[in-house]
Amino acid sequence: MTATIARTLDEACAALADRPHAVVLAGGTDLMVEANRGGRDMEDVVVVDRIPELRGWAQHGGSLRIGACTTCAEIGDGELASLVPALAQAARTVGSPQIRNAATIGGNLGTASPAGDTLPVLAALDAEVEVRSASASRMLPLHDFVIGPKATALEPGELIAAVHLPVTDGPQEFLKVGVRNAMVISVASLALVVDRPGRNVRIALGSVGPVPIRAVEAEVLAAERIDWSGNGILDSEVVERVCELVADAARPIDDHRGTIAYRRHAVDVLARRSLRRALASEEERNGL
Amino acid sequence: MSGVDAIVDVEVGRVGMDAPASRIGDDAPRPDGVPKVTGDFAFSSDLWHDRMLWGGTLRSPHPSAVIRHLDVGPALALAGVYAALTHEDVPGSSTYGLERADQPVLADGVVRYEGEPVAIVAADHPATARRALDAIVVEYEPIEALVNSELAEASEPIHPDGNVFRRIHLRHGDQTVVGRSDLVSVEGIYEVGMQDQAFLGPESGMAVPDGDGGVDLHVATQWLHADRDQVAACLGLPSDRVRLSLAGVGGAFGAREDLSLHVHLCLLALRTGRPVKMSYSREESFHGHVHRHPARMWYRHYANSVGDLVRVEAHLLFDGGAYASTSSAVLANATCFSTGPYRVPSAEVEGVAVRTNNPPCGAMRGFGAVQTCFAHEAQMDLLADALGMDPVALRRRNALATGDVLITGQRVTGSLPVVEVLDACAGHPSAAVRPEEPMARPGGAGRTADADHVVRGEAVALGFKNLMFSEGFDDSSEARCEIRDGVVTITSACAEVGQGFVTLVRQIVGEVLGTSEVVLEPASTVGIGSAGSTSASRQTWMSGGAVQLACEAARSDLLTRIAGDYEVPADDLSLVDGQVTGLPDGYSPSLTEATGEPVVASVVHRHAPTVPLDSDGQGDAHVSFAVSAHRAIVDVDPDLGLVRVVELTTAQDVGRILNPRQAVGQLEGGAAQGVGLAVMEEVQVEGGRIRNASFTDYLIPTALDMPPVEIAALVEQPEPGAPFGAKGIGESPTISSTPAVVGAIRSATGLALPRVPVRPEDIALADRDPVKSSPEVAA
Ligand SMILES: Cc1cc2nc3c(=O)[nH]c(=O)nc-3n(C[C@H](O)[C@H](O)[C@H](O)COP(=O)(O)OP(=O)(O)OC[C@H]3O[C@@H](n4cnc5c(N)ncnc54)[C@H](O)[C@@H]3O)c2cc1C
Repeated sequence: MTATIARTLDEACAALADRPHAVVLAGGTDLMVEANRGGRDMEDVVVVDRIPELRGWAQHGGSLRIGACTTCAEIGDGELASLVPALAQAARTVGSPQIRNAATIGGNLGTASPAGDTLPVLAALDAEVEVRSASASRMLPLHDFVIGPKATALEPGELIAAVHLPVTDGPQEFLKVGVRNAMVISVASLALVVDRPGRNVRIALGSVGPVPIRAVEAEVLAAERIDWSGNGILDSEVVERVCELVADAARPIDDHRGTIAYRRHAVDVLARRSLRRALASEEERNGL
Repeated sequence: MSGVDAIVDVEVGRVGMDAPASRIGDDAPRPDGVPKVTGDFAFSSDLWHDRMLWGGTLRSPHPSAVIRHLDVGPALALAGVYAALTHEDVPGSSTYGLERADQPVLADGVVRYEGEPVAIVAADHPATARRALDAIVVEYEPIEALVNSELAEASEPIHPDGNVFRRIHLRHGDQTVVGRSDLVSVEGIYEVGMQDQAFLGPESGMAVPDGDGGVDLHVATQWLHADRDQVAACLGLPSDRVRLSLAGVGGAFGAREDLSLHVHLCLLALRTGRPVKMSYSREESFHGHVHRHPARMWYRHYANSVGDLVRVEAHLLFDGGAYASTSSAVLANATCFSTGPYRVPSAEVEGVAVRTNNPPCGAMRGFGAVQTCFAHEAQMDLLADALGMDPVALRRRNALATGDVLITGQRVTGSLPVVEVLDACAGHPSAAVRPEEPMARPGGAGRTADADHVVRGEAVALGFKNLMFSEGFDDSSEARCEIRDGVVTITSACAEVGQGFVTLVRQIVGEVLGTSEVVLEPASTVGIGSAGSTSASRQTWMSGGAVQLACEAARSDLLTRIAGDYEVPADDLSLVDGQVTGLPDGYSPSLTEATGEPVVASVVHRHAPTVPLDSDGQGDAHVSFAVSAHRAIVDVDPDLGLVRVVELTTAQDVGRILNPRQAVGQLEGGAAQGVGLAVMEEVQVEGGRIRNASFTDYLIPTALDMPPVEIAALVEQPEPGAPFGAKGIGESPTISSTPAVVGAIRSATGLALPRVPVRPEDIALADRDPVKSSPEVAA
């Protein structure tokens, strides 16, 4: 077994070029659980969480680049949280404070769990994943990156360097249903992004399909029917229909965490609530 | 013993010698408290020996199968593997068990539950042990598993002992009242899922061969002597060749009453001649210990129009899983306490515990009373509703008191402050406010609910249970007190599993002998008799009582000796602050001077005898009783079915408080386990297989799920015959908290919710009055 503690991105890429099947270790909050369960062969490990280029974030115009090793604690707090509130809300639901201090966004992407909490937000924001290897760098839209439950498009020798996403003008929401009030794997989640200048609405669902699901028909209907010039409100019949379309978009399974019927029901409720929050007037919002 | 110093010394018992003497009633701190918080405490998983091997267990992947072929040869052929053993290598009894020896040490031709041990290995490294387990060849022929407890009795026996562990048909009072037309009756079917004890320290231990055919076993357990006797029988050794010492226990709650890795470790150590350590993974732990019995319960309550209970009928079906464990005693408790702390003049209760191919079930905090309390308290609320009465008033009206007769025909002679406990709890002012913070609503960190999505409910429940072992069991605890050079050394085999015996010993010595110079010897089977199990809310009474009596006997011997030396009456002398007082001329020798020649006293303490239940489930089967009350206030998000327990208030019958801090700790921790059963804790078993054998998916309450516990009252009515009048307090908090929480969810939602844990879909997808559906987005 070898373990390379990389100090620079080049070092990490070089180590991966050397041992293309090495396992990348960031916060270890997924990997160590797997390793302890004997589910992962860890012959060679490349540790990336001490690489300055992979930590922190930067804004370039309307776009953000968040380094892969930025932690959920960092995403959930401060200026970044005000730029992408839904991502911050998602990050704040991850595990416990101890977990959030270690868990990284790159790790959440790397695991690509159907229940990964940042993924629906990244899907709703049409985020792109910056992938690096010793020889190349490429950008993959989220839906091309997460290709199945716990499956990514990463090739041997590649690592996630960052995720790129737009700063939008308008309300964002992330809501997550779990059986426990904290530190729980999502049974169903929903991210909503209302882009006012772009006059569009994006809705993505988590834990109700193999990968994050965009509720495209619901998005289109909502965008069409929102009174963009006025007070930005949807009438209740349209809300009904949007929520129905959201529930239809879900492709949930029955498992020990929840049933198909409950998950479908839950995203319907989450859609209704997130829309109300996002489209409520200032006054209404204060009453919620 | 070879290399014993290399074993981490688990000194839970040694207490500081410089502190002032603690007394009964003090908030004495736990000697193991700080080490447990800082990580210095050595748990059984920290056991270490430089020459040790690592043990591993091969378990059945099937809930029911015949083993056609088993070959450990390929495992033995691997480098670094020192032993691979099967049932053929068990020299003594091939089975063990607490009530009856029906569980194989290692499967012999057939497996009856998923996770049943089939073979064991010892290797130089845990990874080698894992590879060795993978190399063992087993051919299983799966057979249809019996997983529905309702079909167990009528099915082909899945074990030579049959599919019924026990049936109790309790009949009490006039059996003809059923036909009376003036009675109000309510009926319900209730179900309790399988709860796990969810201790943090998985099963682990180390066996060290003594080089002479015997073995020393260091293990986290609840009852050293019962373990020793079962282990010795399986090893075919006399009891004195098998010595058990308590290793640091990371929680127990009943799950360490049965053997797990004990015999396996000893077999491997004796075979290899090397110390062998085993430590279960979390997943393995879920397969490696018994759980709380799932139960299906039918109830019918009859009352007259003013709300006096007239009769209760019930059928209780408890699924014991594949092996007996303590099913028989659990069922007895469930049946005896099936009607709660109420006067019930006529009852017919049929309790059956059956064998299935589900995971074995046995002891867990509350021991049978938890399941029936969930049912009888739901029934009391239903009845109150049917009578148009306040549920607290109905309970008060029917509350048992000293002098009343139970449905077992036993008259309550000790204290039983049911009304006091109920009134204190129900009357306690609530501090619950509407949370401003969205995280404090149902759904918590997921931010799913706005204020108008939330409804609030409130309910009160009472719980009732026996203390000590019952039904004629000869229950004893031995303790020794030696005072030498001023230092008091206490020896007891009482297992400290977190309940605070190590604190209490110091308080008892302080109280009786007036000194803080106390050493509590590590608990073991060597040189001392059994202390009995740390279960049944019994150790404070039994082993605390034994320590008290031993200290009193030592004090009496000492003072008699000194009185003889000085020719004064012994009654004039006492021990105060480490000195002998009452001698002539104000002479007061220190305890150190007085015990240059030591005094030693040993005592075996027994509680009052009990008798077995007769064929009608009648008899003075129990020693003592305790009652508790909980009031829960919950917020529910009916559309998503999410729950937040806002406030939990309790009052409990404690006899006398020996250590307020420890008492509160028991009440808080026990209530958290009850909240867990109410809303999330369940070992999900499908087709005999556990679906959530991890803490990722077996959820226990977090700080956001568990509200602060408001203690309305610790009702002190000393129990006659109990040391210092104290009742056991460990189990009650787990019993009444579950029905209080579920009652509050019912009151918030109007749903029947006959099953725990209540799942989100049980609320969200229930047929509900449309007026309660979610508010629409404003147009
Ligand atoms: C108690 C607990 C609670 C949790 N709760 C939640 C929760 O509520 N919501 C949730 O979404 N998750 C949860 N998780 C899972 C986990 O914390 C997250 O998925 C986290 O984001 C993983 O990040 P990490 O840095 O720890 O990843 P690691 O464990 O280090 O890695 C995870 C995977 O990603 C790969 N990887 C990591 N970084 C890179 C990179 N830069 N390039 C390529 N591959 C990479 C690794 O090889 C591995 O396959 C929880 C975990 C625990 C232990």
